[in-house]
Amino acid sequence: MSNENPTESKGNREEEMSQVTPKQASGSKTTSSPGATRSLSEVAAARTTNLGKAPQPGSGLEARGIHAWFGKNHVLEDISMEFATGTVTALIGPSGCGKSTFIRTLNRMHEFIPTAALAGQVLLDGKDVYEPGVDVTKIRLQVGMVFQKPNPFPSMTIRENVLSGLKLSQIKISNPDELLESCLRRAGLWNEVKDRLDEYGGSLSGGQQQRLCIARSLAVNPQVLLMDEPCSALDPGSTLRIEETIRELSDSMSIVIVTHNMQQAARVSDYTGFLLSDGGPGRLIESSTTVEIFTNPKEKRTEDYVSGRFG
Amino acid sequence: MPKTIPAPRKITTQPRFTDKVFRGVVTSGGLFAGLLLGLIGFFLVFNGFEAMRAAGLSFITGFDWVDAVPEDGQPASYGIGAMLYGTMVTGILAMIMGVPVAVGTALFLSYYAPEWIKKPMVVVVDVMAAIPSIVFGLWGYFVLMPHAEYWAKLIHKYFGFIPFFDMPAPVFTRSPFIAGLVLAIMIIPIVTAVSREVFAQTPLERIQAAYALGATKWTMIKAVVFPYGRGGVIGGAMLGLGRALGETVAVYTVLNLVYDIRIEVLLSAGGNVASMIVNKFGEADPVELQALMGAGFVLFLVTLGVNFLANFIINKTARE
Amino acid sequence: MSQALLTAKPQYPWKLTPKDLLTDLAGAVFALISTLAIVGFSPLKGKLGFALTLIVMSILTATVISWVRRDRKAAINSSTTVLVYIAASFVIIALASVLYEIIRLGAPGFSLSIFTKDMSQTASDMPLTEGGLLHAVIGTGYLVLFAALFATPIGILTALYIVEVKGRFAGTVRFFVQAMSGVPSIVAGLFIFAFWMIQLGNAYSGLAGCFALTVLMIPTVARTAEEVLKLIPQDLREAGLALGATQWRTVAMVVIPAARSGLITAVILGIARVVGETAPLLLTIGGADAINLNPTSGNMSAFPYYVWKNLLIGSENAVSRAWLGVFVLMILVLIFFALARYFGAAKGSRK
Repeated sequence: MSNENPTESKGNREEEMSQVTPKQASGSKTTSSPGATRSLSEVAAARTTNLGKAPQPGSGLEARGIHAWFGKNHVLEDISMEFATGTVTALIGPSGCGKSTFIRTLNRMHEFIPTAALAGQVLLDGKDVYEPGVDVTKIRLQVGMVFQKPNPFPSMTIRENVLSGLKLSQIKISNPDELLESCLRRAGLWNEVKDRLDEYGGSLSGGQQQRLCIARSLAVNPQVLLMDEPCSALDPGSTLRIEETIRELSDSMSIVIVTHNMQQAARVSDYTGFLLSDGGPGRLIESSTTVEIFTNPKEKRTEDYVSGRFG
Repeated sequence: MPKTIPAPRKITTQPRFTDKVFRGVVTSGGLFAGLLLGLIGFFLVFNGFEAMRAAGLSFITGFDWVDAVPEDGQPASYGIGAMLYGTMVTGILAMIMGVPVAVGTALFLSYYAPEWIKKPMVVVVDVMAAIPSIVFGLWGYFVLMPHAEYWAKLIHKYFGFIPFFDMPAPVFTRSPFIAGLVLAIMIIPIVTAVSREVFAQTPLERIQAAYALGATKWTMIKAVVFPYGRGGVIGGAMLGLGRALGETVAVYTVLNLVYDIRIEVLLSAGGNVASMIVNKFGEADPVELQALMGAGFVLFLVTLGVNFLANFIINKTARE
Repeated sequence: MSQALLTAKPQYPWKLTPKDLLTDLAGAVFALISTLAIVGFSPLKGKLGFALTLIVMSILTATVISWVRRDRKAAINSSTTVLVYIAASFVIIALASVLYEIIRLGAPGFSLSIFTKDMSQTASDMPLTEGGLLHAVIGTGYLVLFAALFATPIGILTALYIVEVKGRFAGTVRFFVQAMSGVPSIVAGLFIFAFWMIQLGNAYSGLAGCFALTVLMIPTVARTAEEVLKLIPQDLREAGLALGATQWRTVAMVVIPAARSGLITAVILGIARVVGETAPLLLTIGGADAINLNPTSGNMSAFPYYVWKNLLIGSENAVSRAWLGVFVLMILVLIFFALARYFGAAKGSRK
């Protein structure tokens, strides 16, 4: 079984990426394609097959009917999305529409806000992460997160930062140096820091710090990487560098990125979800391939937003 | 034609007369408070100088506190070495026993306590800070000591081979151990308060980053909270030490003053400068009074040094 | 969609489930029972043996349960959690013991008649129905009143100097005041003795005690007032100045009213700090058994002094008197504490 739209890999891939797989093209490069009309789950199934694994319905991450509250305030209403392995999904929408809240429900960071409440399910490989008895730390190991502001641990060196996830989870490995190098390479930071691994994380520039945070998330080998406006605090050059990193990573995992920048969504993502709040809770207005959202949106509000008429 | 850069103008404000008066009054008030510290030191030195000069260095290092007996021709000999040593011992014991509990309590309040227990627990710590030392003196002597005596006996029985827990004479009451225990309870509130304050300042994004990497609460605390709050906790512990070093009445009741240096902390023999001052003050003749002033001055310097250092560390941590 | 809207209810899947609670409860019960068993069948005995065994057993139980259910990481997390809870319960036990003993030993001697009599006609060894502590009430009243009168203006001026005037020495003054709050109370007593008695040749008096307490109170008032003034938004001051007001009028009409309840808290905290101080009074007020209505001359008594004196006498009735004194003193301290919290809370709620 083959993907009907095998656009070849873009950009220079790093050597250690062993599995080069055909990839859904990003919206900026392709026009409407047959693949774009297929449903999310079909594409996901096709892609897992391409990766050489047995087709597993519901593999990857899936949100089903997510509602979220802060106290009495209903902030998210009935959001269902699927994030298959090997894809990049962008979440766009104006400020306050609940994008960040939504991705924080996916790795159970939502519950750190004391008044938070939730309804619905988040399925990781078909299992509800909110099921009683689930070890939440294991969930967060599998669903990594990169935050808006770069936040390397200041008391740790670059090396320690990258490996901090192992320390935090008390995982021992035999070859930390190999892992260190591969994570930093995948995050596109290796060449810049290979001679200064024992300097503190705070000595790096903002963009480098953010890539260090990405490397830190990669070290625990997550299936999913959530990125909450990872470039909003960075300059355009660093932003481009991180977008490259995202593309390179997307073969082996599923990435969910919240962004305010529609060009960025179009550049890096395969799928896009548009969230909007009309004063009430945030809703998923439309979710489709990135190409579809940006070229042929079904909803008037999506069209207005992506064409810059509001937001 | 070269550009001429104008020199910056001087901006002067001529304050109104009322503001001049206001600033004058406020400044004198502020400076008075600042100067008070200097005045304390000055008057203690001024009155204790004669005794300290007469004793020389042995005022700090000497172990005797003997009044002059003119009939026997014996001169007075005043040295606070043993008392200083004893003060340090009880202070350090208080830190060893109090700081872990205080840091644990601060962690409890910051990261473990369910909401419904947090507020009452904060009140508990605050009330404890408000209890006067005389209350601890009474409680320590009549309530804690009988228990602590039993604990001390057990420690001696099972750990007596360690020199610190050895006993040359079987008297377990009013020992540095018991004094340290009372002081430990007394310093818990301040150490808890300072630690809690720095823990609360730990940047949320770092905590979340650790959790997002699959940390448990404990590994998060180890990786994020402790490195960030280390300075504050050390500073808070030193503030507690400063309190413990200067405590008077609570120690007086539970510590037997002996002018000797001993390492056995369970033995009923210890020293404490502040308690000694109260102890000797009542019957002191003018010469001995000078020596007591000198002792007060040394205590003042020691606690001031500890406090300066503590505040320096805390302020430095807070600025980061 | 609308159906989902109707059926969706806020849930808290991260809260402990009854099953988790049951496991925890079973663990706690097991720790308790095994402790009882161990204490029953081994040479360990008494409260200490029980407490130590309970601590060890709780840690062990929590660790084993987590290890079996999860892994080593969870086990370490559980054992540290138990340790943190134990630390907090130590604090609660210590405070509970102090308060309980004060009530148990102090309350029986309490009656309203103790506020009508002094000890001038009564020996400490006499039963507690004789005599009272009116002289101590009056003494402490004077001491606290005058100490507050002296320390409040100086403390608040100091805070104003640091926050409002921001004079050249603001940083230095701040640092010195901060360090002064750590000066041992006995040193404050010695200072007043050296200055007021030795240098100026005065005798023991209530006033001397006031001075000593003032020295101790200034840093508390100044530091709390400083915190309060710093919380006043800068906009308020600029708004006042932009209206053409002088700094004096801005501070007096805008800043201080806005900070009022906080400044009251500062004074009350200062009082609570010094009301139970004993050591400096031992060197300054002389102590008395009779009422002395003149704070400027003659020996004076106070609650802490009364407690101290009876503690040193040491006979059964005297010790009961000491506990009675501590009981009344603690009530006083707790009243000030509650007042400070009340005014502190009022400050918070207005924001």
